[in-house]
Amino acid sequence: MISLTIDEKKIEAPEGATVLEAARLAKIDIPTLCHDPRMKPHGACRLCIVDIAGLPRPVTSCTTPATDGMVVTTTNPRLERLRKTTVELLLSDHPNDCMVCIKAGDCTLQNLAYKYAIRESRFKGAVRQHNRVDNNPFIMREQDKCVLCGLCVRVCDEVQGVGAIGYANRGFESDICPPFKNELNCEFCGQCVSVCPTGALSAKMWAGQPRLEGMENTETTCTYCGCGCNITLHSHANKVVRVSSRSDNHNRGWLCVKGRFGYEFINSKDRLTTPLIRREKGGKLEPATWDEALDLVVAKMSAIKEQHGADAIGGLASARCTNEENYLFQKLMRVGIGTNNVDHCARY
Amino acid sequence: MNSEIIVNVCMGTGGIAAGAEMVMTAFKEEFEAAGVKNARIEERCRLHKVGCRGFCARDVLVDINVDGEVSTYQYIQPEMVKRLIQDHVIGKQPVTEWLVGDDYHVFHDNQTKIVLADLGKINPESIDDYLGVGGYTAAKKALTTMTPAEVIVTVKNSGLRGRGGGGFPTGLKWSLCAANEADQRYVICNADEGDPGAFMDRSVVEGNPHAVIEGMIVTAYAIGASIGYVYIRAEYPLAVDRLRIAIAAARERGYLGKKLFGGQFDFDVKIKLGAGAFVCGEETALIASIEGERGMPRAKPPFPANKGLWGKPTIINNVETLANIPPIINKGAEWFASIGSEKSKGTKVIALTGKIRNTGLIEIPMGMPLNDIIFKIGGGIEGDKLFKAVQTGGPSGGCIPQQYIDLPVDYEGLKSVGSMMGSGGMVVLDETDCMVNIAKFFLQFTQDESCGKCVPCRIGTKRLLEILTRITEGKGKKGDIELLQELAEDVRDSSLCGLGMSAPNPVLSTIKYFRHEYEAHINQKKCPAKVCNKLLTFFIRQDMCVGCGMCLKACSVNAITGEKKQPHHIDNTLCIQCGSCFDVCKFSAVIKD
Repeated sequence: MISLTIDEKKIEAPEGATVLEAARLAKIDIPTLCHDPRMKPHGACRLCIVDIAGLPRPVTSCTTPATDGMVVTTTNPRLERLRKTTVELLLSDHPNDCMVCIKAGDCTLQNLAYKYAIRESRFKGAVRQHNRVDNNPFIMREQDKCVLCGLCVRVCDEVQGVGAIGYANRGFESDICPPFKNELNCEFCGQCVSVCPTGALSAKMWAGQPRLEGMENTETTCTYCGCGCNITLHSHANKVVRVSSRSDNHNRGWLCVKGRFGYEFINSKDRLTTPLIRREKGGKLEPATWDEALDLVVAKMSAIKEQHGADAIGGLASARCTNEENYLFQKLMRVGIGTNNVDHCARY
Repeated sequence: MNSEIIVNVCMGTGGIAAGAEMVMTAFKEEFEAAGVKNARIEERCRLHKVGCRGFCARDVLVDINVDGEVSTYQYIQPEMVKRLIQDHVIGKQPVTEWLVGDDYHVFHDNQTKIVLADLGKINPESIDDYLGVGGYTAAKKALTTMTPAEVIVTVKNSGLRGRGGGGFPTGLKWSLCAANEADQRYVICNADEGDPGAFMDRSVVEGNPHAVIEGMIVTAYAIGASIGYVYIRAEYPLAVDRLRIAIAAARERGYLGKKLFGGQFDFDVKIKLGAGAFVCGEETALIASIEGERGMPRAKPPFPANKGLWGKPTIINNVETLANIPPIINKGAEWFASIGSEKSKGTKVIALTGKIRNTGLIEIPMGMPLNDIIFKIGGGIEGDKLFKAVQTGGPSGGCIPQQYIDLPVDYEGLKSVGSMMGSGGMVVLDETDCMVNIAKFFLQFTQDESCGKCVPCRIGTKRLLEILTRITEGKGKKGDIELLQELAEDVRDSSLCGLGMSAPNPVLSTIKYFRHEYEAHINQKKCPAKVCNKLLTFFIRQDMCVGCGMCLKACSVNAITGEKKQPHHIDNTLCIQCGSCFDVCKFSAVIKD
């Protein structure tokens, strides 16, 4: 452990921590826009600047390693002026259409504008003209809202290992796009959407649906595979309208395309909610109770086993089940039914 | 015709641009044509491809050396070669009216040349020429008689500071790098010179590439690096070619490769071409670029000396810094420290451009007063106009006004008046330059070249540029100067890298010294230097206009009327102040005020 002073508070921090990490351990708030502790520090938004005794100019706390005996000031009129100017500059090149933006209420930029009470920017001028792009099934890009924090580029590269997007152009016209400005053609995991601090990236299926504010949140586990990612279902009027994942769970908030965007089945009319039984040959499948269905299965299986032996029965388990569930399933097949004919869909 | 004849043609970029290739061809052809027919004579005539002579304004410069008597000619064109050969080579009578004048000698005599010493004297494409002027003796001395620590101490004691802009003490940087535990270290030569109007590094690489390589060998030995990179702009094709030739020759002679000078030290150099991004001259962006990433700066610390290329300790020195190393090793730290001012030792190569008589490449001892540079070496202002300011340090430097004309040019001196040394660009401005327009020009450059990573630089420089633009267009508002100052300070203090930190310098320094020009633009809607067209009224002097109709044709909005051979008129309600009429008038009849 090292000890340093932040805002006149003595603080202990683990070796290798950045100044920002040390401050956050001590519950000292430093605003950030381009920082995500799950990724490498970037130092682009310049909001987390702090003064460090002995250094001639402010430095970004997210990139500066904390050292023993360091004396840090996170707020003073000069730092606040620089931060406010930075936010003002961002707002001067932003549509500021929070009234109709899906991100309102959950937007880092909006919160910063509120924090610094910026009604009007002193720096009116050109704004980037970008059309909304959504020529793909999942992701909506509104680049005029992009603050170039680089989180989407970094998550795609560092976490997903895909590198589907990067920077192009220079100066004011810098933007983030797929190679050669082609259409987005990736695996659509939506990690970029999950880290975007503004409304620049959102999901197509969220459009027109209620915003996050005031939604009912249900913590649950994704059922798509055995990984068991923790997810949060956001529902409104008894309908799931969005899925997210908290960064403090075992999957660190990362999801795949299915977990993040494949939630429409929950409220689908086609979804099975009761067992169905075909009661006569050539007849229709009709709703039944679980008792009736299970009794039928037991009766049929017993009959087959009696007539043809246990090996006439085989079981196929699902990759969507957990290890424990698959263990129980083979136990059922081997001990309950008495056959080793048990397999798993992921094998073929 | 038994005499020894040597013809030197300036083949630097300036020379080539002025037609040196054609002059050389003309010499070859004319020698053949003019009686230099037999092989005996041809063998005696040598055509050197020498590097930059520094005085680009007089290109093509040609030296004719007959039996050791050297005459230097200026402004030579191919059609002049015939007479030179007839009169001078054959007739032994120099063509006096084409010889350089006294000012040429004043230009050279007031300089102190260390880095440029051999430029123009040796063929940069010949390693033997370099060896002939003591080449690779410094590397040999360092590698065979000194320990790495001794080399570092020598460079430390010499007082050499980084010539790329920052002015960080070179020896100190090396010792910080050498102190790291590492299995691999790197040396990078930063030849990504990108300032408008700057051609120092380009000229050195083009004129004496081996000096840079030798500097890299010594640096590598001092810090224990086995691999070096030269990061050079692809827009410098001649420099790249000559560097390639030099590296190949150095490898062939065993100055690069394994077990140099019979010792245990291995070192080789690779070339990495930059793709033309100004920001890649910033060391962390340069490293990102070599690694194959987009050239975007990374936050410091960690500094490259501790964690640089591929995360390994790396020394990045600029071309000129490295070219200073061999003389320091050869002649000693004390010799170097005896040149220059108290805190800035040695010399500085400066690209002298702008409204000055003698544009070109010069090398001065640190601490030389601005006055001497501009009026002695530079020969004063072109067209006898009034000196207004000098812009130093490239697009991120500041403008220094007349009142500081005696300022010593060194790191501290320039910094004390709000400018900087930068890589050594010096653009001289006269009374016809509008300072608001100058600030706008440099902001346009830095905005275009901003990498877009950090907010203050990406958007802040854009807003600065917009405010400057509206001031030059007569749309400036009360409070704009204060807004410019506030924003410039904030961009300076909160940007990520040197580009953003220094981009506001032109704005801040012009406001500091030329506030009245800003006020004239905003309050009186006038441009005192008569540069900003939108603030000018155009009219035609009736006594001067001959009615040629050129202006009428040039006017895109039909604001000009008039009969042929009768004086024309400009309708100022239609005029959009584009200035085309002013540019095309051959009779100085179009007046702007």
